[in-house]
Amino acid sequence: MSFSKIKFDKKIVLSFWIILIALIIAAPTLLPVFRLNLLGRYLSLSIVALGVDLIWGYTGLLSLGQGIFFALGGYCAAMYLQITSSSEFPNNIPEFFALYGVEKLPFFWEPFRSPIFTFFAIWVIPAMVAGLIGFLVFRNRIKGVYFSILTQASLLVFFNFFNGQQKLINGTNGLKTDVTQLFGQMVGSEYMQRIFFWITAILVIASWFFAKWVVKGRFGNILIGIRDDEPRVRFTGYNPVIFKTIIFSIAGGLAGISGALYTVQSGIVSPQFMTVPFSIEMVIWVAVGGRGTLLGAILGAVFINYAKSLVSEALPASWMFIQGGLFILVVTALPEGVLGWLQGDGPRNLLQRFGMKRKIETYPSLEINNKEGDNE
Amino acid sequence: MNNKDLLNLIDITVSFEGFLALNKLNLNLKKGELRAVIGPNGAGKTTFLDVITGKVKPTKGEVIFKGKSLVGRKEHKIARLGVGRKFQSPRIFENLTVKENLEISVTIPKSPLNLINKSIKDEHLNEINRLMKIVNLAQKVDSKAGSLSHGQKQWLEIAMLVGQKPDLMLVDEPVAGLTDEETDLTADLLKSLSGENTVVVIDHDMEFIRRLDSNVSVLNQGTVLCEGTMETIQKDKKVIDVYLGRPED
Repeated sequence: MSFSKIKFDKKIVLSFWIILIALIIAAPTLLPVFRLNLLGRYLSLSIVALGVDLIWGYTGLLSLGQGIFFALGGYCAAMYLQITSSSEFPNNIPEFFALYGVEKLPFFWEPFRSPIFTFFAIWVIPAMVAGLIGFLVFRNRIKGVYFSILTQASLLVFFNFFNGQQKLINGTNGLKTDVTQLFGQMVGSEYMQRIFFWITAILVIASWFFAKWVVKGRFGNILIGIRDDEPRVRFTGYNPVIFKTIIFSIAGGLAGISGALYTVQSGIVSPQFMTVPFSIEMVIWVAVGGRGTLLGAILGAVFINYAKSLVSEALPASWMFIQGGLFILVVTALPEGVLGWLQGDGPRNLLQRFGMKRKIETYPSLEINNKEGDNE
Repeated sequence: MNNKDLLNLIDITVSFEGFLALNKLNLNLKKGELRAVIGPNGAGKTTFLDVITGKVKPTKGEVIFKGKSLVGRKEHKIARLGVGRKFQSPRIFENLTVKENLEISVTIPKSPLNLINKSIKDEHLNEINRLMKIVNLAQKVDSKAGSLSHGQKQWLEIAMLVGQKPDLMLVDEPVAGLTDEETDLTADLLKSLSGENTVVVIDHDMEFIRRLDSNVSVLNQGTVLCEGTMETIQKDKKVIDVYLGRPED
C-alpha cells in the first residue's frame, strides 16, 4: 500500500547500488574541486544527522547539544594532525602555542601523537562523554523539554570552555588542519580531499547500515516503545535508562566521526561547531528529511546544506529566512518530514485533492472478523 | 502473615501532600487466588496498584512479595520479580505490530545485549502464537497495534501481560468499553488464568465482578472496608452505604 511496503526487485536494488558506487567513484572527476569539497562536507554532516534520527526520531530524545560530540570528534582529529605536523615549530609543538608563551605540550595532547589512539578517540571519546551525560540525565528521569534544555545548556558550557582555553587548544581561533600533513600529504591538497570524500562516502553508507541494524528488530522496537510510552516499557521489565544511554552514546559516537570528517574537509575545527544554531540545524535536517526514516536524515542533511550554499551564493543573508520558513512548513504541513510523507499516505492524499479517484480498498478484516467490526 | 501468601500489604499509607490516598491499607493475597477489588471513585484503587508496581512509594508501610520487600525497588526490577500490570486505558505500543508488541513482553532476558545480538528464541515465538490464538488476534499479527479496535487493544494488552509470565497479575478495568460478549469472554479468560497465576482485578462493572465469582475487597477512602464473596459484600451494611447504595437497574 505505502511506498515503504513495496518490495523492490533484487535486480533494481543491485543496479541502484552499482550506480551509486559508480557515482561516488566518479564524483571527483565529475565535480569541480570546490563542489566536491562541499559535497564531502555535507555527506559528513549526514552522519551526525543519522545519530539525531536515532535518538530523536526513534527514541524521542530531542537533543540540542549534538554539537558537543561533533566538535569533540573534530578536535581529536585536528589535535593529531597539528601535533604530527609540528616538527619545524619551536619546541616541536603546534605553532599556536608560541603565541601564548606555552613551551610544554599540555598533557592531554600526548596520546594524540598516536594515529591508532586518534582513530579510536574520534568516536570513543564523544561516545563516552555522551554516555556519561546521558546516564546522569536519564537516571534522574529528566525527559522531554527539560532534556532538550539540559543538552543545550551543556552545549553552552562546552562552547564557553573551549572558547576560553587559548593555552590549551587555541581557544576561539580553533585548530587549523588544512596546512597540516597526513601520511606525508598536505591535508588541504586536492589529492587528500578526494580521498577524504571517498572515505566520507563509505562511512555514510556504513553508518547507515549500522543505524539500520540498531533499529531493526527488538532493540529498535524498545526504542520506539520508550518514545511512545516509557512507563509501559518500564512496567514490562525493561530498564529504559540503559537503552537511552546506549542510543545516546551511539549518536555521540556518530557525531564524533561526522565532526572529524567535517573538520578535515573544511580545514578547521573551532568552538563555532558548538554554537546553539548549528545544533538546532541538525535537528531541522532530520525534521525536514523525515524522522524515524534514517534515509531521510541523510537526504535532509545533504540537500538542506547544498541548498544553503546555493542560496547563499545567489542571495547572501537570506538563507536564515528560508531555513526558518522550511522548518515551519515541515512542522505544519509535513509533520513526518518529506520522506515520511512519501512513505505514508501523502502522495495518495495529494492525488485525491487534485480530483483523482482513490482506489477503493477492500477491507479484508471486515470479512474475517465480523464480530469486532460490530463493536465500533 | 502466612507462608502461602504471595503478597502482603501491611499498613500501607500514601500521602500526597497531606491527602491520604491510602490509609493503613492491609491486604493479603494467596498464591493462585483471583481477587476483585472494587470501590467508589477516589477510593485509592489505582494508587494501590501504583504502590505494588513501584510507581508510588508508600509514605508508611511494607509491601512483601514472595518474601521480599518491594518498597524502594525500581519499576522494572519489580516487573522482573514477577509483577505484571495492565493499565486502565489500553497501553500498547501503537506504532508496533501486534507481534512486535508481544515480542517485547515475552522476551527474556530483557537486557539490551540480548535484544540486539540474538534473534528471538523459538519457544518465545511459540508462546506468541499461542497467545495470539487465545485472544483472537492471529489474523492481525502484522497489523499496527494502533489500528486495532478498542476491544482488541484491551485483549492485546492482556495477552502481553500473560506473555510476561508474571506470578502476580494486576488488571485495571479490563472491560471498560467492551461489549457484553467481550466482557464475558474476558471474565472467563481471567478465571482460567487464576489458579496458576494470582490475579487482581479492579473494576466498577458489578456484573463482570459477579461473573468472576471470586473474593472481593471493597476499598473506600484508602482502606479496605470489607472482604468476602460477592454475596457477603452485598449484604454488608457499610458497603451498601458507601457503594452499592442505590439498587442496580
